[in-house]
Amino acid sequence: MDQHQYMLEMIDIDKSFPGVHALDRAQFTLRPGTIHSLMGENGAGKSTLMKCLFGIYKKDSGTIRIEGKDVDFANPKHALDNGVAMVHQELNQVLHRNVMENVWLGRLPLKKYGLVDSKLMFAETMETFRDLEINISPTAIIGTLSVSQRQMVEIAKAVSYHAKILVLDEPTSSLTEKEVDHLFRIIRKLTVQGVGIIYISHRMDEILRISDDITVMRDGQWIATKPANELDTNELIRLMVNRDLTHRFPGKTNKPDGTMMSVSHLSGKYEPTFHDVSFTLRKGEILGVAGLMGSRRTELLNTIFGVFTKESGEIEVDGKVIDISSPEVAKRNGFALITEERRATGLFPLMNIYFNTIIANIGKYGKVILSQRKIASDTQSSIQSLKVKTASAKTAIRSLSGGNQQKVIIGRWLLTKPEILLLDEPTRGIDVGAKFEIYQLIINLANEGKGIVMVSSEMPELLGICDRILVMSNGRLAGIVERGKDFGGVAGEQEHILKLAGTYI
Amino acid sequence: MEKSKKIGEFLLNYALYILLGAILVTVSIIKPNFIAINNILNIMKQASTKGILALGCAGIIVLGGTDLSIGRMLGLAAAVTASLVQSVTYASRYYTGMTEQLPLIVPLLAAIAVCVLLSAINGFGVSKLHMHAFIITLGTQLIAYGANCIYIESQPSGSAQALSTFDRNFLDKAAGNLMIGTVRIPYVIIYFAALAIVMWIVWNKTRLGKNMFAVGGNTEAAAVSGVSVTKTIMYVYVLAGVLYGIASFLEAARIQSVGANTGINYELDAISACVIGGVSFTGGVGTIQGVVIGAIILQAINYSLYFLGVNAYLQYIIRGLIIVLAVAIDVRKYLVKK
Repeated sequence: MDQHQYMLEMIDIDKSFPGVHALDRAQFTLRPGTIHSLMGENGAGKSTLMKCLFGIYKKDSGTIRIEGKDVDFANPKHALDNGVAMVHQELNQVLHRNVMENVWLGRLPLKKYGLVDSKLMFAETMETFRDLEINISPTAIIGTLSVSQRQMVEIAKAVSYHAKILVLDEPTSSLTEKEVDHLFRIIRKLTVQGVGIIYISHRMDEILRISDDITVMRDGQWIATKPANELDTNELIRLMVNRDLTHRFPGKTNKPDGTMMSVSHLSGKYEPTFHDVSFTLRKGEILGVAGLMGSRRTELLNTIFGVFTKESGEIEVDGKVIDISSPEVAKRNGFALITEERRATGLFPLMNIYFNTIIANIGKYGKVILSQRKIASDTQSSIQSLKVKTASAKTAIRSLSGGNQQKVIIGRWLLTKPEILLLDEPTRGIDVGAKFEIYQLIINLANEGKGIVMVSSEMPELLGICDRILVMSNGRLAGIVERGKDFGGVAGEQEHILKLAGTYI
Repeated sequence: MEKSKKIGEFLLNYALYILLGAILVTVSIIKPNFIAINNILNIMKQASTKGILALGCAGIIVLGGTDLSIGRMLGLAAAVTASLVQSVTYASRYYTGMTEQLPLIVPLLAAIAVCVLLSAINGFGVSKLHMHAFIITLGTQLIAYGANCIYIESQPSGSAQALSTFDRNFLDKAAGNLMIGTVRIPYVIIYFAALAIVMWIVWNKTRLGKNMFAVGGNTEAAAVSGVSVTKTIMYVYVLAGVLYGIASFLEAARIQSVGANTGINYELDAISACVIGGVSFTGGVGTIQGVVIGAIILQAINYSLYFLGVNAYLQYIIRGLIIVLAVAIDVRKYLVKK
């Protein structure tokens, strides 16, 4: 076999973080001029593997070869200099600066006397944008662009490095179907020039459409690499989750009945936000919220919970209008919110499980001196009922796995005895086994008559456990999909949701 | 409604200018002789050294840091300058072996070297040791103060008095005036203007400037774009050190006597000038013209209070209130409302 058949080989890559074995002898190869997709659930290690390639993370062990030569990039600059460019999942941009400075950041062109050549920068940015048919002014301030425009700028930036290897980590999370087609034209053009593309996405149909090869990862391990034309959705899911779709979700046993909350004409106050959203939530219902990145789903939940300020609209619970001015008021009215960014807004990472369990409910443990005995018993029962795997309740929460951290946080909110649970991406960064447990937990809560609003970017998850799915598009309500009606099954529902998500863009 | 929102935004953005303009107008109404070319030149002159310090520390604030060591650093560097520019005919001079005046470049470079060294320590602490700028600069503040006291106490004459009696040439060049007709324009204003122009170019036209805004605005984005975050931070601190050194050299000439307390609290004026001028403590935002205007406005206030004969302690209270107000307004400007 020709040793240069692969332009990139990643062999036995290992990487651990405190409490997580993120990569366990992961494998990946890339042929020149092809598109090789990397698939796996959240937390499967796809981004971590790419960050090891790009020099953001240092691998613990393993070999990376580019065109037959061993490489180990110390930092992103090193990777960029060696022909590897990457579009990051997080939009890493300097919001106060303009488009072209962001595109040229790290390699600003110079003219005489070491001064930055703004004219050249402008011209080259224009040319790149023209090539890629992107219609954005190079001098616009990044912070004023929409999320999808920002994503296109990131893609153009990565292309402008003229790299041999281009990594695209979730490049379509905020793009409409039309923009996705546009991106695919760009990608195909690059492969003709011999560029190797590594493509990470959650969207199964996209992957099957664009890829030459597909590698599936699960729990940090390499599972399989196959030509795309030998795979279909079902096979991919089986590889990704190691069980059939039918066994991926617990059986739905909840029976929605009777309106418990109605939200009418709710708008957020400060842009970017959402406008005029109305919906109802029934007792024992799991209401999904779908939408692209930037569709303002998180803002919706945060406004209901009083974290964000509302401009207008009413929230009625059990027939009574309530004015939620702060999370404290929301909590008193039986709301709970599990936030999207667990690390940023959920955990107290250095504190132990006791602290993390009781912190939302601290008033119940005494007026001045808190009852340690009651804290201990509540924490213990929370650990037991949610099956949190931990050495002790004294363990710092950051050393737990993502799934166990999430269980502690859910436990925290269950202690406040909520009636309505707002869950924002509740299974993000959680391994497959723990996901199943969290789905079961959500269904159990619905069985007890609680109302659940669940934002998720994972379509299968929404289709797996929700009774109805509300679709947001660019800050507006695009529609509510009633499950098991009208759309001829799950595939039709998924298609309809995707279409709705692009309504107002 | 849109219009009232716009007016509100305008008022918020320019609140300080409006407020400070009002103060100046009030002073001129109370004392009409306030508006005189000499007063204005005096304000500019006093604003210049502090302004040069502010030009240096503004970059550090853009990075999201702060610098508490400026004043004491200036004290030490001014002491070193002073010891090197004492008149050779002065019997109890620091370097008794010095029988000929040194070329002025020597004390200037010495002052710059002192400040660059200390500022580089700050930069190292922030970029490599990942310390908060507040803490590391608090440390170097004390180090610089101690070093200054030791330096002044080890005069060969055994005296621990302030260093004074400087060479005429030094005073002429650093604290002299340019005569245009009958108007005497202090050189220091010209130096400040020149340095402001250089810094404007650095901030707006060089890689270092753009990388500085990138690191201050979004460190992660800078890093994944291949900007060396460590180097950028180091360069910004070193550049600040150069400016502090120049300011120390000029300040020694202005006050003509450098003691252990020289420079005390100068960092407050430098930082206030930056904040008044719109350099945000959240990082990634600021302009040189803002810093220059901030420095002038701050000095105009000091001067007005002095001119009106306000009690010296009350002056501190008023200046303190101005800093609080400036930051309160600054925070409102960049607050992401949710």
